[in-house]
Amino acid sequence: MPSASTERASAARLGAVPAVSGEIAAPRAGSGKAGAHKPPAGVGGPLAWLKRNLFGSWWSTALTLALGYLIVRWSVSFIDWALVHAVWSVPYNDRGAPVPSACQAAQGVGACWAVIADKYRFILFGRYPYDEQWRPAICIALFIALYAVSAWRRFWRKELLGIWLATLAVIGLLMWGGIPGLPYVPQDDWGGLPITLILATFGLAFAFPLAVLVALGRRAANLPAVRILCIVYVELIRGVPLVSLLFMASVMFPLFMPAGVNIDKLLRAQIAIILFAAAYLAEVVRGGLQALPKGQFEGADALGLSYWQKTRLIILPQALRVVIPPLVNTFIGFFKDTSLVLIIGIFDLLTAGKIALSDPLWASYTTEVYLVLAVIYFLFCFAMSKYSRGLEREFNRARRR
Amino acid sequence: MSGTTADPRLTDARLPPRKRMRLSWADPRFRGLVWQVLIVGLVILVIWYLVSNTNANLAARHIATGFGFLSRVAGVPIADSPIPYNPAESTYGRALLIGVLNTLKVAVSGIILATLLGTLIGIGRLSSNWLVAKLAAIYVEVIRDIPVLLQLLFWYTLLQGLPGPRQAIAIGNWAFLSNRGIKVAVIDWQPGQGWSLLALVAGIALAFGYARYSRRRQERTGQKPRVWPVAIALMVLPPAAVWALAGGSLVIDKPVLRGFNFTGGTTISPEFVALLLGLVVYTAAYIAEIVRSGIEAVPQGQWEAGRALGLHSGVLLRKIVLPQALRVVVPPMTSQYLNLTKNSSLAVAIGFQDIVSVANTVLNQTGQAIEGIAMIMAVYLTISLSISLFMNWYNARIALVER
Repeated sequence: MPSASTERASAARLGAVPAVSGEIAAPRAGSGKAGAHKPPAGVGGPLAWLKRNLFGSWWSTALTLALGYLIVRWSVSFIDWALVHAVWSVPYNDRGAPVPSACQAAQGVGACWAVIADKYRFILFGRYPYDEQWRPAICIALFIALYAVSAWRRFWRKELLGIWLATLAVIGLLMWGGIPGLPYVPQDDWGGLPITLILATFGLAFAFPLAVLVALGRRAANLPAVRILCIVYVELIRGVPLVSLLFMASVMFPLFMPAGVNIDKLLRAQIAIILFAAAYLAEVVRGGLQALPKGQFEGADALGLSYWQKTRLIILPQALRVVIPPLVNTFIGFFKDTSLVLIIGIFDLLTAGKIALSDPLWASYTTEVYLVLAVIYFLFCFAMSKYSRGLEREFNRARRR
Repeated sequence: MSGTTADPRLTDARLPPRKRMRLSWADPRFRGLVWQVLIVGLVILVIWYLVSNTNANLAARHIATGFGFLSRVAGVPIADSPIPYNPAESTYGRALLIGVLNTLKVAVSGIILATLLGTLIGIGRLSSNWLVAKLAAIYVEVIRDIPVLLQLLFWYTLLQGLPGPRQAIAIGNWAFLSNRGIKVAVIDWQPGQGWSLLALVAGIALAFGYARYSRRRQERTGQKPRVWPVAIALMVLPPAAVWALAGGSLVIDKPVLRGFNFTGGTTISPEFVALLLGLVVYTAAYIAEIVRSGIEAVPQGQWEAGRALGLHSGVLLRKIVLPQALRVVVPPMTSQYLNLTKNSSLAVAIGFQDIVSVANTVLNQTGQAIEGIAMIMAVYLTISLSISLFMNWYNARIALVER
């Protein structure tokens, strides 16, 4: 390849130039081939990097050494515990029950991943009938696909609403069943990861329109009564913890309903989460509305558009676009907060993990189960926050240009 | 200025002519009125419907209403109580008060510790040491992406997995860590010590006064008297003198292992430690991000100008960078403090008796769900409002004073 040889040649030429210092060499790069310059000795290279970033001063050196020692020590003992001395599976007796004697022997020395091998179906799907568990599994895949499609900017158009409605309908059908080929599964038997995803996703899907209305209401200057109503709602909900709303859903909702009407526990928690989420989302949307230049409102008025035309065609498309990164961050918050339904006894991922641990055979392996749960939550939240940060950077770049 | 001296005729001319509202759909004011009446009417209707249902249900279930139960004897055992409490004779009101005090205890100590840890990690993220910066970044990333409830449960099981009192982990013979919590030595309280505490408070006030005086003197004469030796003397000498005058006795109540448990000292329950640890570790990750972005928001030119003035890094950070970063930091910090306080309600999951947990027990015993939940919400609204007010006052105090 000719390019490789020219590169080498230019490097050789540069080598002959006496390197003075980084500051003086830098302006010259503009005249010649940029990027072909080598930094002077002592500034580049891995050794210099180490000197600058790890051993810059005696204080920095001491920190590096102390932290490095701790990291090495803890990593070695963690790998020892999690991989080297771990028990991956245990034998089963003739009645099909696990015999965790190997785990008991390794206790305190090695992890007992056999508890996950034995319980993963329960942790993921709860008490859903064993032979039908492919249905919640498909639902999990559908949820992930739905998130992926929504994250893809090509799909940011009206059709996305249809995709959401269709997917949520299919998920409902799969979970409930009741048509030929899919036996009916009552809601009390649902559990595990699908419940977490349902609470978060349905929560967002219903809270979002409500939040947009509340945010618009809070900015409606000519409707003071509506404005006050919206402010009271948002501040009241944001001032109390989600736990108290969940308690309200579990003990007060039954009192609110007329005699004979009985709303299912999961739905009650879902309503509480929707009301909670809507108040926080409304503030995010309001931020977007406030960020919009006044000229956009005035321009729409000048065109003679009605309030709803103006809102639908001019205001919301711009305002919502700005707030997508904070919306994703808020969604991450809800995703984590759905775990609070543990307190009112709803069978989500965390509750399933806790109940799996109540099996006397596995009761002492909490660390293993909690670690796996943490990894599942982490994967979902990390992917979303990574995405939101990327989006933010992209938007900022576009705005700066 | 211009507002007060403007010609009244001019200001009148700027307003659109006030017309009477017409009873027509074309008049925006009339439309607004109709919409408001409709929406408010609908909300009132829904509330009335819920209230009437609730009343019917309460009557059907023979549940009493009102706050009369507050003066009845509770019989709720409470492990952690900062004020005297006896389940056999104390009332529901007192039990709930203890719940409130416990919530405040967790919230206040959590806010202080989370601020310290978060600031440390936030500064760590900006460290020139690559290892420190990376570790801080990993901490923030991992902690923020795991639900706080899961973290609480994890800490709680970890504390329960500690050895029993007989094999407790000892720190000298001052503190013992076991699955019954932390036992620490305390100073046995005597009246003389109360006086020396008072002397300490007076000493601190005097030290502040001296610092003010020396600042004034520096502004007037350009000379800065040394503050710290005088301040330390003011804070150490009077309490010590008072303590010596009062007899100079100091009795320390140390925990001692007797049989299967400790006697003496004071106990910090494992529930409290787990809750505090979980909240502090979780919130510190968010505070670290706020602190980092606050420091990064101070323009590079400020650092350079400070160095050009010949300030060394400590003064530069204290006098130039941090005051400016603080302005950016305070509003988001307020919402983190509120979050920590609200998250302290997760105590109910690990059995620490905060207001939610006590009120939950009370409403299960009395069946008065509405009153119980109303009290929980009132307590949190009050705390949230107080924190907001305080932080708004603080924010206004440190805000940039523009001409």
